[in-house]
Amino acid sequence: MNKFSITQYLLILTVLVFGFIYALPNLFPTQPSIQVAYTDSGKSADQVLLNDLNKLLSTNQVEYEDISIRDNKIVIKFPNLEAQLASKTILQKALLDKVIVALNLEPTTPTWLKDIGGKPVKLGLDLSGGVHFLLEVDIETAQQGRLELLLDNYRKTFKEDRLKITSSSINDLKLNFKFNDRESYNKALSKYRLDSPGVNGLQYIITERPSSNTLSLEYSDVALREIRDYAVGQNLTTLRNRVNELGVSEPIVQRQGSNRIVVQLPGVQDPTAAKKIIGKTANLEFRLEANSRTSPLRKEEFNFKENDYSTAFLEKAVVVSGDRVTNASTGFDESGLSQVNITLDMQGGRAMQKATSGNIGRRLAVLFVEQKNKSELVINKNGNKVIEQTSYIEKNIISLATIQAVLGTSFRITGVGSPQEASELALLLRAGALAAPMKFVEERTVGPSLGKENIELGMRSIMIGLALVVIFMTFYYRIFGLAANISLLINLVLITGIMSLLGATLTLPGIAGIVLTVGMAVDANVLIFARIREELKEKDPQTAIKDGFSRAFITIFDANITTLIAALILYVIGTGPVKGFAITLSIGILTSMFTAIICTRAMVNLIYGNKNIKELKI
Amino acid sequence: MDIRFQFMKYRKIAGLISIFLFTISVLSLSFRGLSLGLDFSGGTLVEVTYETPVDLEIIRDTLKDNGFEDSQVINFGTNLDVLIKVADQNGNSSVGDSVYSLLTEKGFIGELKRVEFVGPQVGAELRDQGGLGMLVALFMILMYVAFRFQYKFALGAVTALGHDVVIILGLFSIFAWDFDLTVLAALLAVIGYSLNDTIVVSDRIRENFRLQREMEPQMMIDLSLNQTLGRTVVTSLTTLLVLFALFIFGGEMIKGFSLALILGVLVGTYSSIYVVANMLMSLILTQEDLAIPEPEGADFDELP
Repeated sequence: MNKFSITQYLLILTVLVFGFIYALPNLFPTQPSIQVAYTDSGKSADQVLLNDLNKLLSTNQVEYEDISIRDNKIVIKFPNLEAQLASKTILQKALLDKVIVALNLEPTTPTWLKDIGGKPVKLGLDLSGGVHFLLEVDIETAQQGRLELLLDNYRKTFKEDRLKITSSSINDLKLNFKFNDRESYNKALSKYRLDSPGVNGLQYIITERPSSNTLSLEYSDVALREIRDYAVGQNLTTLRNRVNELGVSEPIVQRQGSNRIVVQLPGVQDPTAAKKIIGKTANLEFRLEANSRTSPLRKEEFNFKENDYSTAFLEKAVVVSGDRVTNASTGFDESGLSQVNITLDMQGGRAMQKATSGNIGRRLAVLFVEQKNKSELVINKNGNKVIEQTSYIEKNIISLATIQAVLGTSFRITGVGSPQEASELALLLRAGALAAPMKFVEERTVGPSLGKENIELGMRSIMIGLALVVIFMTFYYRIFGLAANISLLINLVLITGIMSLLGATLTLPGIAGIVLTVGMAVDANVLIFARIREELKEKDPQTAIKDGFSRAFITIFDANITTLIAALILYVIGTGPVKGFAITLSIGILTSMFTAIICTRAMVNLIYGNKNIKELKI
Repeated sequence: MDIRFQFMKYRKIAGLISIFLFTISVLSLSFRGLSLGLDFSGGTLVEVTYETPVDLEIIRDTLKDNGFEDSQVINFGTNLDVLIKVADQNGNSSVGDSVYSLLTEKGFIGELKRVEFVGPQVGAELRDQGGLGMLVALFMILMYVAFRFQYKFALGAVTALGHDVVIILGLFSIFAWDFDLTVLAALLAVIGYSLNDTIVVSDRIRENFRLQREMEPQMMIDLSLNQTLGRTVVTSLTTLLVLFALFIFGGEMIKGFSLALILGVLVGTYSSIYVVANMLMSLILTQEDLAIPEPEGADFDELP
């Protein structure tokens, strides 16, 4: 009685070895390293760059251990932090803006472990230090922009079709047209209806008011969803570009919910600078310069960005906005002057072609749109001074150039000044495109020292908690207690292994979850042992062991399922650190069921199985 | 087995104590409310470490004079760590930077350990989500227990959980401890833990009732409680051991979390003895309620 078959033991052993191997990478220390990537995200690191870097480091006599290409980047490993920092300065000075140099701590996981997917546990920001931002995309502004474009298009179309418009406006995200007569009204209505069907359903909700010959139009839910997805998607891309500029080794930029974006930058030392670059709420607009035929109502005056005193009048209609720019680079024209080459996407190209075809010889402006914040000390209703922040939009002309030919998806702007200025313009064009403004709705910054402190404190509590439980169990249950303790240690190894394998993030509450698991994991064994003690009063030791385990199983199962339900809900509602707690708790519950029931049983079977025991010490 | 402790003899007194604690908690929650942490209230939090202790009063005055009137300044853990909380200012996300640079300017030069900003909308959402999550958790557990046991047990279990959650919330309200997201997490873990206890006790009550002994329900419940007592005490003890390790050595950031869990384990252990059993007594649990043995019990016996 109480024997496992060889297969059962082997199965358990396999799980243990598996867990141990994947937990192993956490034992290897990290090594200072540098990641080098081309600034142009379209270009991946190659042998040429590798050779350049190699030469640079050798001539400057910097000690390094390894240099290799990995995931579009060049990774250089250093024996110490000094060499790492020194190289960063050397590389940055030599290659300037051509590359992005990011400091990193590379795990020293051996190759064979890496090959089978072994990696150390990912640390949450509260442990590694760094910044977490939650940004909200302002969909209403995106919608307003679309409506303005729509208003302009319809005004043009209606004019061409000789419809008589009394007035037109945008109010509360609704487009309103009032017509002179019923005929124009009807024509416009059928035009709207013709335009409305989209890929996923009707785009417009049309409100008809025949009594006053007024039509209003607003976007349908389908169209709104498309606008939102487009804006969030475009902003996500832009943010990724900006984050790349920061040179962070493992950034996370992800959409969260319908209109939010999470940005996590582990290890960033200067959150203020990071925030400045990420929060650059810039956009671009291409607009035609107003000419003598432009009605005064249809033009606006703007300052030049570089020169506050000169201004120019531009048409109100936007030809193409910056989110259509897919690439921009600097170059030189035939006479050796700097120029900026611009590539637009298909839709942008079409719009540009339409706008420029009748307008060769006129000038095209690039308008830089920036959302800025103004802080003021004001006196509130309680008579106290408080800081009030208002945001406003500033638009400045960064380039005004003559249209030489009909433009399409790719064209160039010449006369942009010095090469320096050209490359700045290209950078703005590339990275400055947001489809809709964003604002910070959550920010968490953890300094590197606090992260380290959290790890130390967390580890210390695990160790102390573990030691206390182990001492108690040994004292209280003797040999069975030892079996439970070994199970507990195996449980910790398994949790680590599974978390590493799944790429789950360990946070401070996550460590607390592990500590809690240590306390609760022995519960299953306590239940079993208590049961065995009870059964011993009526039965012989072997039967008591068998019945103790099987009777306690249902209870353990029910009790753990309910905790798992709580943990799952926690995972769904929680953010960052709390999600980490839910993850470790869930994994801990599952592994503890395995270790407490199966591993402990295996050990008990090994010790007592098939033996004639007269007295069981428990 | 003999009954060493006649738990149910004191069930009326225990019931009164529970009702008393529950009422006080509800009263405190409705009149004082919770002192919501940053996660739920929104606003900004700055933690700075100084090399020598600084006068908090001066920092408070400096902040007040410079437009941060609605701010709290306290020591965090040691007297070198200063925690500054500023109420939300129209969703302004740069308050933290402003506060830190203001202090640096006024000569308080220290290391910035962390800055947290939670916008008012995010805070409100987390509040709603947290409350909703709690209710969903309770409901799902009710369903599970009703499915696995019987509705009287489910009612007992959920009453016990509600009892535990409300009393812990009440304690946080009475002592004005900070209620943040980690405390909410702890509370959900308490639901899991307390349920663990409840199920172990219920399981034994069910088993004894099914054995159809000639015994009064009160005796039967007392017997079950006595049989599970050893396990209840040992598990609570080991859990409390690690929680105290966490509370003492885990650092300031998870103090609230471990405190909530410690209270949860204490209240949860009490409630699984007195609230659940008391409910079962009041609902008059009979042997007929549990007459049909569930077939899955037999299946599970073979597994381990």
